[in-house]
Parts: sequence; C-alpha cells; structure tokens
Amino acid sequence: MTVVDETQETPTPEYRRAVRAWLAAHAPGSLAGLPADEQLRRSREFQAALYDAGYAGITWPESVGGQGLGQAEQQAFSDEAAEHELPLYPFMIGMGMCGPTVVDLGTDAQRDRYLRPLLRGEEIWCQLFSEPGAGSDVASLQSRAVLDGDRWILNGQKVWTTNAQFADFGAVLARTDPDRPKHAGLTMFIVDMHAPGVTVRPLKDMTGRSPFNEVYFDDVEIPVENVLGEIGGGWHAAVTMLGHERVSIGSARRPRRSPLEFTSLAERARAAGVDTDPVVRDRLAELYAHERALALLNSRIRQETAAGRPPGARGSVLKLAGALQLRRAIEVAGLVSGADAIAWDPSDTSGDELALAINAAPSSSIAGGTNEVQRNIIGERILGLPKEPQVDRDVPFRELAVGTQRREGTR
Amino acid sequence: MTLVPDSEVEELRAAVRRFLGDKAPSERVRAVLDGDPGHDPAVWSGLAAQGVLGLVVPEELGGGGAGHVERAVVAEELGRALTPAPFLASAVLATDALLALDDEPARAEFLPRLATGELVGTVAVAECGGEWDRTGGRTTATAADGRWELTGVKTPVLAGDTAGLVLVLARTADGPGWFAVDGAAPGLTRERLSTLDPTRRLAALRFDATPARHLASADPAAALGTVADLAAVALAAEQTGLMQRALELTVEYATLRVQFGRPIGSYQAVKHGCADVYSAWEHAVSVVRHAAWAADHDRAELPVAAALAQTYTGPAAFTAATAMVQYHGGVGYTWEHDAHLFYKRAKSAEQLLGSPAGHRARLAERLGL
Ligand SMILES: Cc1cc2nc3c(=O)[nH]c(=O)nc-3n(C[C@H](O)[C@H](O)[C@H](O)COP(=O)(O)OP(=O)(O)OC[C@H]3O[C@@H](n4cnc5c(N)ncnc54)[C@H](O)[C@@H]3O)c2cc1C
Repeated sequence: MTVVDETQETPTPEYRRAVRAWLAAHAPGSLAGLPADEQLRRSREFQAALYDAGYAGITWPESVGGQGLGQAEQQAFSDEAAEHELPLYPFMIGMGMCGPTVVDLGTDAQRDRYLRPLLRGEEIWCQLFSEPGAGSDVASLQSRAVLDGDRWILNGQKVWTTNAQFADFGAVLARTDPDRPKHAGLTMFIVDMHAPGVTVRPLKDMTGRSPFNEVYFDDVEIPVENVLGEIGGGWHAAVTMLGHERVSIGSARRPRRSPLEFTSLAERARAAGVDTDPVVRDRLAELYAHERALALLNSRIRQETAAGRPPGARGSVLKLAGALQLRRAIEVAGLVSGADAIAWDPSDTSGDELALAINAAPSSSIAGGTNEVQRNIIGERILGLPKEPQVDRDVPFRELAVGTQRREGTR
Repeated sequence: MTLVPDSEVEELRAAVRRFLGDKAPSERVRAVLDGDPGHDPAVWSGLAAQGVLGLVVPEELGGGGAGHVERAVVAEELGRALTPAPFLASAVLATDALLALDDEPARAEFLPRLATGELVGTVAVAECGGEWDRTGGRTTATAADGRWELTGVKTPVLAGDTAGLVLVLARTADGPGWFAVDGAAPGLTRERLSTLDPTRRLAALRFDATPARHLASADPAAALGTVADLAAVALAAEQTGLMQRALELTVEYATLRVQFGRPIGSYQAVKHGCADVYSAWEHAVSVVRHAAWAADHDRAELPVAAALAQTYTGPAAFTAATAMVQYHGGVGYTWEHDAHLFYKRAKSAEQLLGSPAGHRARLAERLGL
C-alpha cells in the first residue's frame, strides 16, 4: 500500500521534524484507566509543556503569548499530533473556539488576562450557547443579563455544555435587550464558572460518559469589563466563535487509528477472514475513497488558507462530510464484524473501542451545528440560495413565545 | 503535495473557459452533434492554437512541456462546457500511450502532429464489456516477413470512427504488444456505435489482416497501466468540470423558479440536495488535483490516486447530473434544456474506463486488500 507522504504538504520540513521529535519525547501516552483528577492533572502538565516548547497557540499573535506562525506550521503540528493520543480534550473548547474569539474581539485587558493562562493549561474554558429551547436556533435563547451599576446580573439555564465540569471560565451568550429582534438583543460575556450562583450538573451522554453538563445561573454577577465584543453585539461574537468552531471541528485530525477509519476496518476484515469477500472489498474501497477525499479536501483548504484564502463557510463542508463519513464507516463495521460488533469477549478491548465509536458517532452530526444546519449554511452562504421565510425577523424578542412563535394577543 | 493551482494554471483555465464560451456555447454544441465528425473542427483547431492539445508533450516534440496539472484544468473546462472534441482520445490516450512506450521514431513522428491537432489519435484496447484487457484480448498480431498484421475487434473505441492514428494493444506469440494502425489502413472497418452520450463518439473497429506497425515497448502491459491511470485522472477532471457547471445551472434555476410562493431553492429538500452536490464537488476537486499532482510528481502514488479519482468522481458526477434534472422538474426532462446532456455525459463517463465497481475493486487491490 502506498501512503502519501504528508510532509510534502508543508514548506516546513524542519519544523515538522522538530515537532515529531518533541512529541516522541513528551507525549504522555494513553491516560485511559487513570482516575479523572489524575487525568486532568496530567493534561494540564502536558498543555504547559506544549506552551513552554512553543507549540501552543501556533497561529495566535506573539503579543498574546502565541507563536505568530502560519497555517503551514499549524498543519505540520496537527499532522504529527494525529500520530499520538494527546490529552488535549479539556482545552479543546478554549483553544479552538473561545481563545480565538478573545484574540479577535477581546479588549487589550482581556487578552492580557485570559489568553496566556489558557495557552498554559492553567485555566479551562467552556462555551455556553445552547439552551433547552435554543439549540440550532441559538438566537432564541432566554438567559437574561441585566445591567446593575458596574455589573451585569445573569440568570438562566444552559445545556450540553462540554467541559463545564472543570471549566474556570465560560463564554456565555445572554439576552440583554428583549425589546429588540432576537439576533439584535444579545451580548457575549466572559463568566467566571466559580462565581456564586453558577451550578454545573453533569449530563450523561449516550455513550454513558458525562462530557457535557447543564449549567444554571442564579443572579450571577459579571463585571462590566467582561463583555466580549460589543453590548448588543452578541450575535456577531457568536458567529465569530462558530466560525472558529466549524474550522476547529472540521479540520481536527482524529488520531489515525480510530476504530472507524479505513485502516482499522481493513485490519478487522483481515482478522475476520472476510477481506476476500467482494462485497466487503467493494465497501471498504468506497469507504477509503471518501475518507481520503475528505483528507485531501482538508489539506487543500489548509493550503488555500495559508495562501491567503480563508475557508469561511466551507468549514461546514468539512464538518458535514466528517459526520457522514462516520455513518458510512459504521455500516462497513457491521459488514466486516457481523455479530462481533454487538457481542465480544470481555478481554477484547478492541470490541469496547468499536462499540464506543459506534455509540459516539451521532454526536458529530449534532454538536457544533447539525448536519441539516450545515447544509443550510452551505446552501445559503456558499451557493447563495434563498433563505427560508422567517416568521421571527424584525419582531421584538419579547413578543415571541418559545423563541420563535409570536405570542397570542401581542402587537 | 500542492493542491492549490498557481496563477499560471488559473490563467490557462480562464483562457480556455473564455475560448469555449465564445466558440463552443451550448447552441453550438448541439448544432454539431448530428453531423460529421460529431465535433466542431474550428473548436479543435482553436484548442490546438491555444497549445492545449500537447500540454504533456515535451517541447522538443512540439508540445507545451507542461504537465498533468495543466492538462487536468483543460479537461475540467471541456467537461464544464460538455465540449464534443476528441481530446480524451487524442490529447490524452494516444499521447500518453506514445509517451509510455519506448518507440523513439514513433514518438518523433506522431507526437508533434498530435500536439498540433492535425492528427487525431486514439487507443484501442477494450473488447467485450468495455474492460481493458492487459493481454491484448482476442485481437491477434502476426508477423510475416517482418510485416505485422492485426485481426480482431476492438470496441468501444473513443473517436474510433475518425481517428487518423489508432494505437492497438494486441496479442502476439510473445505476449501483448502495441501497434500503430493508420485510420485509412486496408482491412480496417470502422463502425460508429449508437451511444448513450451524444457528445462523445465511440466506434467498433474490425481488423482483418490489417497492416500495423509494431511499437517498441519494454513492458507493454505496464505501459497500458500507466495509460489507464492517466486517462482516469483526465476523465475525473472532466467529471468535476461537469459537476461544477451542473450545480451552477441548478442553483441559478432554484433561485429563479417559484412554486407555492417561494423560490424552490428556499425549500430544504432542494437546498440540501444542492449542498450535498457542492460538498461532493469540493471533495472531487481535491481528489483530482491530488491525482494530477501525483501524475506529475509522484508516479508511485499514481495507481492509488487514479483509482481513487475514478471511484470518487464517477458516481459523484452522475449524482450531480441527476440532481440537475430533478431540480429542473419537467423543464429538466425536456429535450430543449441541456440537463439531459449533462446526465448522459455523466452516466457514460462513469462507465467509460470501466465500471464504478471495477474501479473500487482496483482500488481495493492497490491498497493491498
Ligand atoms: C456532544 C455535544 C456537545 C455539545 N457541546 C456544546 C457546548 O459545549 N456548548 C454549547 O453551547 N452547546 C453544545 N452542544 C449543543 C449543540 O450545539 C446543539 O445540540 C445543536 O446545536 C443542536 O441543537 P438542539 O440539540 O437544540 O437540536 P434542535 O435544534 O432542536 O434540532 C433538532 C432537529 O431539528 C433539526 N433542525 C433544527 N433547526 C432546523 C432547521 N432550521 N432546518 C432543518 N432542520 C432543523 C436539527 O437538524 C435536528 O435534526 C453540544 C451538543 C452535543 C451533542
């Protein structure tokens, strides 16, 4: 089997060699099986080591503690990182979404205060957008912040908040002016997750793990200097962050040997002796074609970004394709493994890994914007197709019920 | 690996697009389909004048000395415009075959003429079922007094009815061999086939003790493999061009056509279908650029890259064309509209170099499965 030498993608072979050597010496290996506290401690240690070695915030400006390097270096790092199982999960939201938004929209004081500790793994962030009644339609959220002297008072409930269980800060989106239409009356704040009135309750996801949470805000005080962006400019801030989110989700390199990748499934097919079955071979080849096409599209978009053409809404293509690829892979996994995919010897950890991957797959079709929402974005923002009629445009939020319906008897 | 074309390549694309827009718009494409030779000689000579027929031919042989990246861009534009022209037969198959063989005199004789378009070449390999047989199939080549003769049937052959130079893979006593046959040779019967795709002519060629010139080749079967891989790349490029244009026209229509008081493109069934085609097109472009890059810079990677290109783009382009017909409704099913030309070209291209299942089987094999 020929494998493309990804080093050819980047004009920075020396940088890549240095990354490779550093990771080989410092990657801590799998933390599976360790107690949660210990995992978090080791994760923080590793993030700090990354920072000290100059591999945190590679594309962030030097003035905020980043490296001020380009996409080529970021790409080289991501490629090399994909060879390891790095414990970077706790910092994913801060590094991929909140941090870049503070870089873009933060005041100098905010950048000074928050970015370095984030890069060093000292402070963990979460993103508090979704609410029970406002997921895809984030702008219909109900959480309220009211100005009271030199502080804002926040009340409301958020849900599915990834990493809130160990977050120190959150980027929270709240309604600050219910008299304006729903997109116009929002403001983004930096909230201290340890402040009085913040309650975090773990939620179990369908894999049985609890990576996300419900978060309640009861009269939580937020200093005025913690507005991120403009008062009333929350939607712009959210769109900025969602742009970073799509790119960071869409272009994240999964560890190469995830159980739903072609190579792993081909190995399973060999082990099960079904690799000569023409149907299995046909489906595996098709799976490879889609997997490789997505990898090549990722490389191409990164090369274009490096050449000065940012991906914009095309991040949605990557995100959507990644989610669809998992569905395809699960079908092939069933074909390859048959009954072994549903029952296996308890000593066979690869059975557990496959089961976890199958059970976790739906999250990629929902989190960070559902497949349907990604298709809307592609259709409207890239292809310029007409938007759907909106019943709630230009209507003051307080006249809307459940976020989207005009209340009876108003107007 | 470079997946972003440089400005020279983009200029080439713009020039070809401009030329085809001027000289080969849809009305002109339709006008030439029924006559002979089934394409527009003025377009062919115009392409030759732009220097795009010999892009992969070395300069000393009258070519452009460029590469597959450049040729893929031209193929993409020809696919976008559905241009009927023997480009794939002559500038791709015949040219690549001469370059893959080891016959210096034949190269010197034919390549300059192929590059100027004065000579149209093609390759005749397929026999039953359209699959390419590395053994030469049932077409036999026999030598008497140092003169070779071919007997057998090759079908379907691209531009086989008009090509002046036919490069044939035939079976000799010592295994497969390559032969050059003059389009006007005695004992050669050329029968135009009925085709699904009216924009691309195919013919059956019957050889009956037809005189042929044996072409030197150290490894004729390996040369065929290279020719097939490079053709897969060029065809995939054409397919991405087709997808892009089909989507553009569909989006345009979905924006204008109103039903139930709304443009149809505001309905998610339509919008999401278009989004999926767009997504597939972005993938296809990446796959094709990678394959063209491999053809120029990493021949060890080419077999996988080429099989990948056909595995991905063939079905994707047909899906795009099907969506085009569907979202144009009755208009799309009407002869006057171009949608059916996209549909037929896409279906035919999907099968032209072997079935999608065949490409997937090749890919599996090349991946070491
Ligand atoms: C693992 C995971 C982690 C998450 N982490 C975070 C986090 O850290 N922070 C955070 O703020 N949120 C987080 N979320 C929430 C996530 O952003 C939302 O779940 C998501 O945006 C969808 O919203 P919803 O769940 O309310 O579904 P809904 O919006 O109610 O959607 C339900 C269904 O309706 C469809 N639908 C909705 N609107 C449309 C439309 N306009 N057109 C067509 N179909 C539509 C959807 O596609 C979906 O199929 C996370 C979710 C998951 C699964």
